[in-house]
Amino acid sequence: MSRVEDAVSKVTTLSDAVSRLIDDGDSVCLAGLTHLIPYAAAHEIIRQGKRNLELIRATPDLLCEQMLVAGSLRKVVYSWAGNPGLGLLRVFRKAVEEGRIETEEYTHYGMVARLMAGAMHLPFFPIRTMAGTDLPKVNTNIKTISDPYTGEVLHTVPALNPDVTVMHVQRCDHQGNAHIWGFVGEVKEAAFAARRLIVTTEEVVNTEMILSDPNRVLVPGFKVDAVVAAPWGAHPSYAQGYYDRDNAFYHEWSQSTANEDRVRAWLAEYVLGTPNHVGYLERIGHHRLDGLRVPEGLAAPVNYGVYGGAVG
Amino acid sequence: MTTAEKHTSSEQMIAAAARALRDGERTFVGIGQPNLAAMLAKQLHAPRLVMIYESGAVGANPTRLPFSIGDPCLVTGVASLQSMMDIFGLFLQGGLIDTGLLGAAQVDRFGNLNSTAIGDYFKPKARLAGSGGACDIATLAHRVIVITPHQRQRLPERVDFVTTPGFLSGRSERDRLGMPGGGPELVITDIGTMEPDPSGELVLTALHESRDVEEAIANTGWPLRIAPVLRRTKPPTEQELTLLRALDPKRVYLR
Repeated sequence: MSRVEDAVSKVTTLSDAVSRLIDDGDSVCLAGLTHLIPYAAAHEIIRQGKRNLELIRATPDLLCEQMLVAGSLRKVVYSWAGNPGLGLLRVFRKAVEEGRIETEEYTHYGMVARLMAGAMHLPFFPIRTMAGTDLPKVNTNIKTISDPYTGEVLHTVPALNPDVTVMHVQRCDHQGNAHIWGFVGEVKEAAFAARRLIVTTEEVVNTEMILSDPNRVLVPGFKVDAVVAAPWGAHPSYAQGYYDRDNAFYHEWSQSTANEDRVRAWLAEYVLGTPNHVGYLERIGHHRLDGLRVPEGLAAPVNYGVYGGAVG
Repeated sequence: MTTAEKHTSSEQMIAAAARALRDGERTFVGIGQPNLAAMLAKQLHAPRLVMIYESGAVGANPTRLPFSIGDPCLVTGVASLQSMMDIFGLFLQGGLIDTGLLGAAQVDRFGNLNSTAIGDYFKPKARLAGSGGACDIATLAHRVIVITPHQRQRLPERVDFVTTPGFLSGRSERDRLGMPGGGPELVITDIGTMEPDPSGELVLTALHESRDVEEAIANTGWPLRIAPVLRRTKPPTEQELTLLRALDPKRVYLR
């Protein structure tokens, strides 16, 4: 048995992870660029009535409107706030227009560069973008610096260190050594930048499976504070190899939730009206979920070889 | 609609955008109409087009029209997957992207794009989705192609908010800021196409079938100048329309 196998398990319930690791007023990065969005965690944050959170998400997605209407949010830091593929987030947009929610916006590159700086413990990140635009005029966190070598002026974004990051993965062991594949977005930077890290996972698997493919581990288990088994934990978004996006859900949202009362009614039925993630899935319906499964498409195995023996 | 005689203005714009893409180019593609244009080009004259998405797909061969930028259908058959930081840092800022294909709520006289807010940013008439990768792409890609409906309020003298740089107040300002990318090269509307003159100002360079100069001028928010040689674009061919309608059978983006 390896030492990793022997270590104390970090597996816990979503209820425990959220109540123990997320405090009112925290900045919370729910990572994943339209893929592997930690919806189950967002729903639990809503159930527990967390308040005054600063949501950090490049693409806030529908969960931003759910958390906004639930009263969880004070501020949203983002780079593209739409209903992906379908248009605008009308409830979020109305709240912004009416000054009911604080926002801080960047470009996608600016967002991920902020997290990278935070992860690397650098004060800021220089980027060749946003020059000449109005973004620095409305967001004073976007500044310029003169290159000490050439004098060239570059734009900068400040380091971003979320109090908590939640990442949803396909599989991980009880220590949080996680395999992610498909689009990895800004997940790695968001995980390393975070002060506390929650991993929700489609499956908890044995450590040997994780060790068999170490290139696929983006974040080591020692960075992880809690591991939560949450199958379908990205619904209604996608999880590569596990399920497709519930596109009907996104369509219905764009057509029927132009006002907050509709979102409130949805939350009452699906989130506040269910005790936990399992209850949410039952309310959504297993028949509906089954329809989102995708056919298997396996990668060819790679040969890592077996190395060892004495030197000399 | 089954024949080339009847097509929508979206189909005309997307076909024109597809024709502007060159075989072998590395193209940064957004969801919606830009994506349709790139997929159409790849099925016709540009089979070696390298479709790159900000989510991390490099050399995508999508099997359906993606729902969003992170759709796993962009992973099926893709040549390589990268992180977002690598896409923007290594590929885009690294100078490897030839063409960016963008839409916007507003496009102005010097090709600046607004996808942030209509009216004042802090007291907006409408708040929009924001930059996403658009500003980064238009700053860094070698050339940019823009698709927009030709409407007066969408083509103002100056955009309400510069989300994404074109030539700013003129080509000299873009040059002075030392932006690596070349800026907007072609703006495709449902009336025709506009291209920047040496000062960076967009001038009318082509008209689609049955469209005229007066219509273009009346629907532009600045005194639109006409290029010395005004071309006629060809309407979408039957083959282009058949392919487009197969890609978007529910006409989500072809309306």
